[in-house]
Amino acid sequence: MSATAADLVVVGCGPAGMAAACEARSQGLSVIVLDEQPALGGQIYRSIETAPPDRVAVLGKDYAAGRSLATEFRDSGAEHLRGAVVWNVAHSGAVDYVLDGQSRQIAGKSVLLASGAMERPFPIKGWTLPGVLGAGAAQILLKGAGALPSGPVVLAGCGPLLYLLAWQYLRAGVAIAAIVDTTERSGYVGAARHALGAVRGWRDLAKGLKLIATLRRHSVRFYSGASELAIEGERQAEGLSFLHRGRRVTLPASLVLLHQGVVPNTQLSWSTGAAHRWDDEQLCWLPETDRWGRLGETPIYVAGDSRAIIGAQASATQGRLAALAIAEHAGRDVDARRRAALIDQFERQSHIRRFLNKLYRPADANRIPRDPAVIVCRCEEVTAGQIRGHVELGCRGPNQTKAFGRCGMGPCQGRLCGLTVTEIIAEARGARPDDVGYYRIRAPIKPVMLGDFVD
Amino acid sequence: MSNQTMTVVGGGLVGAAIAYGALRAGMRVRVLDQGDTAFRASRGNFGLVWVSSKGGKMPRYASWSRDALKLWPNLQKELVDLTDVDAGLEQPGGFWLGFNDADVRARADLLERIDREVGGIPFKMMAPSELRQYLPGIGPAVVGGSYCPLDGHANPLMLLRGLHAALRHRGAEVITGVDVAEIRHHRDNGSFEAVAKDGQNWKSDRIVLAAGLGNAGLASQVGLHAPIASTRGQVLITERLKPFLDYPTNKCRQTREGSVQIGSTSEDVGLDDGTTTDKIEVLARRAVETFPALARARLVRAWGALRPLTPDGYPIYQESASCPGAFLATSHSGVTLAAAHCYVVGPWMAGLSQAPAGFEVFTGDRFLDPAASFSHDH
Amino acid sequence: MTIEPLFTVPHAPTNASVTIMFEGSPLRVPAGITVAAALLVGGVREFRSSVVGGVPRAPYCMMGVCFECLVEIDGVPARQSCLIPVREGMVVTRQCGAAHLDEFSFGEEL
Repeated sequence: MSATAADLVVVGCGPAGMAAACEARSQGLSVIVLDEQPALGGQIYRSIETAPPDRVAVLGKDYAAGRSLATEFRDSGAEHLRGAVVWNVAHSGAVDYVLDGQSRQIAGKSVLLASGAMERPFPIKGWTLPGVLGAGAAQILLKGAGALPSGPVVLAGCGPLLYLLAWQYLRAGVAIAAIVDTTERSGYVGAARHALGAVRGWRDLAKGLKLIATLRRHSVRFYSGASELAIEGERQAEGLSFLHRGRRVTLPASLVLLHQGVVPNTQLSWSTGAAHRWDDEQLCWLPETDRWGRLGETPIYVAGDSRAIIGAQASATQGRLAALAIAEHAGRDVDARRRAALIDQFERQSHIRRFLNKLYRPADANRIPRDPAVIVCRCEEVTAGQIRGHVELGCRGPNQTKAFGRCGMGPCQGRLCGLTVTEIIAEARGARPDDVGYYRIRAPIKPVMLGDFVD
Repeated sequence: MSNQTMTVVGGGLVGAAIAYGALRAGMRVRVLDQGDTAFRASRGNFGLVWVSSKGGKMPRYASWSRDALKLWPNLQKELVDLTDVDAGLEQPGGFWLGFNDADVRARADLLERIDREVGGIPFKMMAPSELRQYLPGIGPAVVGGSYCPLDGHANPLMLLRGLHAALRHRGAEVITGVDVAEIRHHRDNGSFEAVAKDGQNWKSDRIVLAAGLGNAGLASQVGLHAPIASTRGQVLITERLKPFLDYPTNKCRQTREGSVQIGSTSEDVGLDDGTTTDKIEVLARRAVETFPALARARLVRAWGALRPLTPDGYPIYQESASCPGAFLATSHSGVTLAAAHCYVVGPWMAGLSQAPAGFEVFTGDRFLDPAASFSHDH
Repeated sequence: MTIEPLFTVPHAPTNASVTIMFEGSPLRVPAGITVAAALLVGGVREFRSSVVGGVPRAPYCMMGVCFECLVEIDGVPARQSCLIPVREGMVVTRQCGAAHLDEFSFGEEL
């Protein structure tokens, strides 16, 4: 185990990580990027450097826009370690990671966490069956492998990514059996209050409207206001049933793609012991940072979707702003105009955000399962009913619930159950999620083979 | 059946066991427990149900542990019957493993002396070839070990859950999210009042302080002395694995769920319950030295738990002389002693039976002796 | 069991494919993709049986956070197949329940 120093260690190679690395390099800082994936781009720009032209065309302009950032990153002189799985970030700036079967440590004078987002869990009956994937997962298959559904596919849920995927599938000639939309009427009402923001973000709004217009033009079967979703099937997905305009509908399907937004991947920020607060609009935990993303008095910063969901463009801008703050902290002179321009850019890129949050707010019933038999912790197969039982036994928060019921003890380390468990307990106790708290997340934030600690 | 009430401050392994024991002996019991982020030593307990090498400097502790092990199967069965919670007790015997000859010799001497002084604590020293018959796959770094047929392990979290379920099932009042800051003693009628930080208070005829690390601050309020410090133990746990280890060893055991628990360090770091890379590496390396096949096991969780420790490492069980009816209980071995805390200590502290013989050695006053010096084996 | 795949790669270049073994049978899959993608495209519906209940599971997130895509690759159990690129000759089997450790040898070692 050796410790080498860099001015800045970046965890994650998506838009925020790449942009931050570029900006830090232009300020003369040495940069090492630790990337869990085998190639740059994170999730949103997955395979951006190797995707063939026809696939790029299917994916659309926003994806293609990642190429210039990728090129800038390649030319920046930042060191890019691929397949490096970070398992710990210490307050000292030491970062532990596994590469080629060996645990190693490097020390950064500053560290930037840019782990991006993950799909919000969608705990409904049958969501653990083979044949049920996230819409984001399907998009990863498209980006990374050029893989498309072989038969008619059902998309269910809400949020821009769901419609974007449907649009991409249409361009690729995939048969879409139906879009089962869970956007609530209250979402439209809530979003209307942020219509001004939507108008100011008119480019994003226009993009979204054009997308939906394309779907309508292709006469994709659309069920609005769907509720009480359940996946049917014993050993694998066989269909999706739901309530639509008062009637129960069942659509046969071997492949069901679920999506109700993305949430920040906060494993690393929690593991540093940083304070997080529950955001009622985004319905997730957000790390508390200063304006540029710094966690308390540590040399650790957070930027991009792992700090709050802001989208790829804004993530890149925020990564650059974090890098400027880090450079300033390292004694470099930062150009005030450059900073001001980035701040302006960030504002413009963020206009649409609150509108989208309100419009596509995931329904309570799709976040907090009513049916006690629904699995909440997929790894340990703990159900909603069992969790409510532990609350009745006196468990006031996720940690006691975990101790009594094993939810959160599996290899995913609470990533897929954490938000649900917090919300179930909050509802059962009549408390706010902020008072209920979250799992105590600690290193290793990804499993590490014991042999990797042996030289 | 008593018409007295007892408040137990602390719903951890020690408090819950004593409370349950008092409850089933006929006392009306109330438990005051902290919230979700309390330190909770049960989360750091390794889960051993163990007598081997205990009480080297206090024979009464060795016999106390030995007898506690005999009572455990009763508690295991009672919790399953009453609450369906399986505390996971298994008593196949346990192993201590040594990595150098000097340690093995010292171990043999220690165990021989304890068995001679106390009796009824058998042991067998084993060379690697014999160890391998019980622990196939043991690594060449292990040069010897000791086996005690009385030893075993259980699941500390399930034990705590079972005790809480049993408490509720039998009508105890369990109040969670409470931080007790003050204990008041009313001399006129001998009653007690526990007062929380937020001002809530509860009255009772008897009170037991079983608040772990919190005991140090509360003890003096009822005329007791409890110099409890915290020691941090870092523990590792792996993904679930197919069964391969049939016996618990002192630093490594496979739980019923299949995960392997590896521990632990013993550090003096105040109230810092974090983990450190260097200790995680030390624990991982030693685990792989012990069982080389573990090189391929994945570490899924590591945590540092703060465990309450007295200067000599032995428990404090004491009734206050100045405030009769007020008791203090602290122990480093909440799992091993659970059944004894339940069936023996609970009824005693409830005033429904006599103090166990020889319990004078467990008073906190022993730490007030200016001539004595203390060290612990942890 | 492999039946009609849930996903296909319609424009897979025929000269860029590899053959891996899945449950003892050869599977020809596009090169340069992850093992999880390859198995899905190869018609695999069940990747593993879950550790607690022994029920069938398959990929959910495809990005390394859900741990559902675990399979045994080249003798090493419980690997996240969505993070590992396919290689010619790779031997893949389902992960049945919990991971097992290497066969350990008795007696002399190292």
